[in-house]
Amino acid sequence: MTIPNAIPITDELIAAHGLKPDEYQRILDLIGREPSFTELGIFSAMWNEHCSYKSSKKWLRTLPTKGERVIHGPGENAGVVDIGDGDCVVFKMESHNHPSYIEPYQGAATGVGGILRDVFTMGARPVAAMNALRFGAPDHPKTKHLVAGVVSGVGGYGNAFGVPTVGGEVEFDASYNGNILVNAFAAGIAKTDSIFLSKAEGVGLPVVYLGAKTGRDGVGGATMASAEFDDQIDEKRPTVQVGDPFTEKCLLEACLELMASGAVIAIQDMGAAGLTCSAVEMGAKGDLGIELDLDKVPVREERMSAYEMMLSESQERMLMVLKPEMEKAAEAIFRKWGLDFAIVGKTTDDLRFRILHKGDEVANLPIKELGDEAPEYDRPWISPAAPDALPEGSAAETDIADALLKLLGSANHSSRRWVWEQYDTLIQGNSIQIPGGDAGVVRVEGHPTKALAFSSDVTPRYCEADPFEGGKQAVAECWRNLTATGALPLAATDNLNFGNPERPEIMGQFVRAIEGIGEACRALDFPIVSGNVSLYNETNGKGILPTPTIGGVGLITDRSRMARVAFAAEDEAILLVGAPAGWGTHLGQSAYLRDIHGRSEGPPPPVDLARERRVGDLVRKLIEDGIATACHDLSDGGLAVAVAEMAMASGIGATISEPGGNSAAASLFGEDQARYLLTVPKAQSDRLLTEHGQASDVTFQHIGTTGGRELKLGNARAIPVEELRRVHESWFPTYMDG
Amino acid sequence: MRTAVVLLPGLNRDRDMIAALTEITGKKPHTVWQTETDIPDVDLIVIPGGFSYGDYLRCGAIGARMPVMQAVAEKARQGAMVMGVCNGFQILLEAGLLPGALMRNATLKFVCREVKLEITNANTAFTRGYDAGQIIRCPVAHHDGNYFADDETLKRLEGEGRVVFRYAEGSNPNGSVNDIAGIVSPEGNVLGMMPHPENLIEAAHGGTDGRALFAGALGLAA
Repeated sequence: MTIPNAIPITDELIAAHGLKPDEYQRILDLIGREPSFTELGIFSAMWNEHCSYKSSKKWLRTLPTKGERVIHGPGENAGVVDIGDGDCVVFKMESHNHPSYIEPYQGAATGVGGILRDVFTMGARPVAAMNALRFGAPDHPKTKHLVAGVVSGVGGYGNAFGVPTVGGEVEFDASYNGNILVNAFAAGIAKTDSIFLSKAEGVGLPVVYLGAKTGRDGVGGATMASAEFDDQIDEKRPTVQVGDPFTEKCLLEACLELMASGAVIAIQDMGAAGLTCSAVEMGAKGDLGIELDLDKVPVREERMSAYEMMLSESQERMLMVLKPEMEKAAEAIFRKWGLDFAIVGKTTDDLRFRILHKGDEVANLPIKELGDEAPEYDRPWISPAAPDALPEGSAAETDIADALLKLLGSANHSSRRWVWEQYDTLIQGNSIQIPGGDAGVVRVEGHPTKALAFSSDVTPRYCEADPFEGGKQAVAECWRNLTATGALPLAATDNLNFGNPERPEIMGQFVRAIEGIGEACRALDFPIVSGNVSLYNETNGKGILPTPTIGGVGLITDRSRMARVAFAAEDEAILLVGAPAGWGTHLGQSAYLRDIHGRSEGPPPPVDLARERRVGDLVRKLIEDGIATACHDLSDGGLAVAVAEMAMASGIGATISEPGGNSAAASLFGEDQARYLLTVPKAQSDRLLTEHGQASDVTFQHIGTTGGRELKLGNARAIPVEELRRVHESWFPTYMDG
Repeated sequence: MRTAVVLLPGLNRDRDMIAALTEITGKKPHTVWQTETDIPDVDLIVIPGGFSYGDYLRCGAIGARMPVMQAVAEKARQGAMVMGVCNGFQILLEAGLLPGALMRNATLKFVCREVKLEITNANTAFTRGYDAGQIIRCPVAHHDGNYFADDETLKRLEGEGRVVFRYAEGSNPNGSVNDIAGIVSPEGNVLGMMPHPENLIEAAHGGTDGRALFAGALGLAA
């Protein structure tokens, strides 16, 4: 068989498709002839890093993905986890880093659109979104423009679509100067007995194209996302897709209506590599061939080639296999919502992926091999060197009150209100904790008491210093944030952002971080049910900080008991739970060391996972029993920042006793893990302290009392809560609008 | 008590509004799709918030020209109680049922936060559940809520007591002239407002200040 090829397949063309010579040889071996231009594009789309996970697969397989509540783990559009009463939560996090750097508004917007589609493709109505954003140094000339564009893109899409954005992260570091990170998370709720999958079933059934029309936008996007950047990156702007949240909202409603009608056999959204990936996925999973007639595909541009149509990443499109007898009813639903509906092909029994265009067959490939025979690499890696111990005297004593104010008013620890007030945090009427606390919380609609908590976490500077401990810490902090609201952490999604895996030291970061994540997930019963890998995050050979973002979901069974960070009342006891004697000890890689002393040194705080679990389980019980009146986990900036956040959230001050033992800086700003602050009525405090003394396996220390309008840390100068708030709230608006 | 909610593609606070009306009246509202021209006799017709037609062209401009809005206008002329919230307010302006325009927020940014509202006229059906001068909490969530009208229209609105909600205590989030957050028609049966009372009607929302509005409009005890 030969397929006429108008365009000669040269070495340059192969390289431009991101295919290495040995990968091209693999194609020749597989099909026994030279591929057509369209076929080359299809292979490039299926075999790039973004779609094939060729560098990461070996390591991803080591992650724990199963659990009692896990209904679908990785491999589907999103993970599915049972939350009881016939309901399940469907969620995933995915990066849109490269597009967002090139075109921040559309890059971020379509990142949000893509992840929402992954969730509702499975039959779930999206109920919450989060965004983990990482930008370059605040004084880098592009940073302000990127922040403004990304934030308004996230809001522009999510707000119009109608999903509350309930959490996320915003962080600045010079390592992201040429390569920002936009990690979008979405979660939806579905019935456990009506989850929809991409696996096609039945021969000769209609393959239906739904949603928006196909244009030339995004052609080659997935291949672009699998390459490093250089100075000519702006030339890649046409590979960024353009989002239309209005069409997506209509697509959501139409899909849910169609699913409820019983017409859908299989469904797959068109994301990276559009029509190619979605069709191959449906066929390969179902052991079926797929034949597509491109003349039937709704287009919005003239004279599109087969190559362009197969690689377009136009947004808001779906592919389905429908029950033939329900075609008419299905079409009526899509017409009602003003969306395109076209039968573009059929399932076959020959396991071939066949593309017809203007009467010619332009591709004819083995469908299973397209996915399964993608190259897989065991890339060489070197274990990162262990960080040197923090030299004695690295942190000269400073004025505690000044240091606290400086941290609260710094780029990385100031309030993110400027960002999240541009997101609709309240839509759907179920948000019971919006950003600013430990986790976002939404009610489970239709259930009298249940709620879901969401948090997204990673500390990239820890991962840089020690990827293994950093990977553990990302999982532990996410688990801890969920626990601090009273939620039982159920499962997580991971979004692994790293540099070029062809460099052994970067591959080493990746491998060790995954090992850390796996160890923590196993110890905390917190399986990874979905995720995404983003490699080649570097510009001109300089990689980002390793950033494995963890997005976690927790279940609150009685939302009336949910905890918040705000002090609840005056004259309550403040208890520090899970801390060593002297409250805090670890200043290596701390925010204090970096932002007050300008040093990024030492090992990150180690995570004792058994202790993490013991402490967290007890804290959650105290919240569930209604004993804790407020709760906050300790993270960046340690105890001092945590207690200040509790004061600012409530307007109530606190008096903390003078720390003893270590240096005041280590006690107040150390970042030892597995620690929480709780408030309880004074009558409860004595009992808890008796039961859980310093000798018990979960330590409780009474460190102070709520009350007044000032925060007093030991012998340091008292700071009015109003002053804390002013400093904390002013950095972002001053930076962006000033 | 019977209510109806107008549905247009791209509206997205329809589910919030339906939940609020169900909670308050104990009965699910009727829903009326954009192409329908037959609205049943109900005690309150609501056009909820969102981004009808993606806010393409101009906020509310396309929605205002859909068949269902002619039916709403006819009902309003007959004296039916009609309320438009956020995008619903924009649609009422574009449909000519209320005067003025809603421009892009002065900050040029979308804003979602809680604001303070002063009840500037408690003698309308919509505000009778509140006291004149009372300050209530209410969330806003919009990109185009910057109310504007020419001097003559403003004078008339103010003179006739038709400004019923005003942003209070310096909380104007969008630059609206005279801090205007909500206005009514000359007969008092059509209300347009940017804030979202439907998102503050039960304890889980963190407050119930929005309840009295619906209760007043429906003649129920709050």
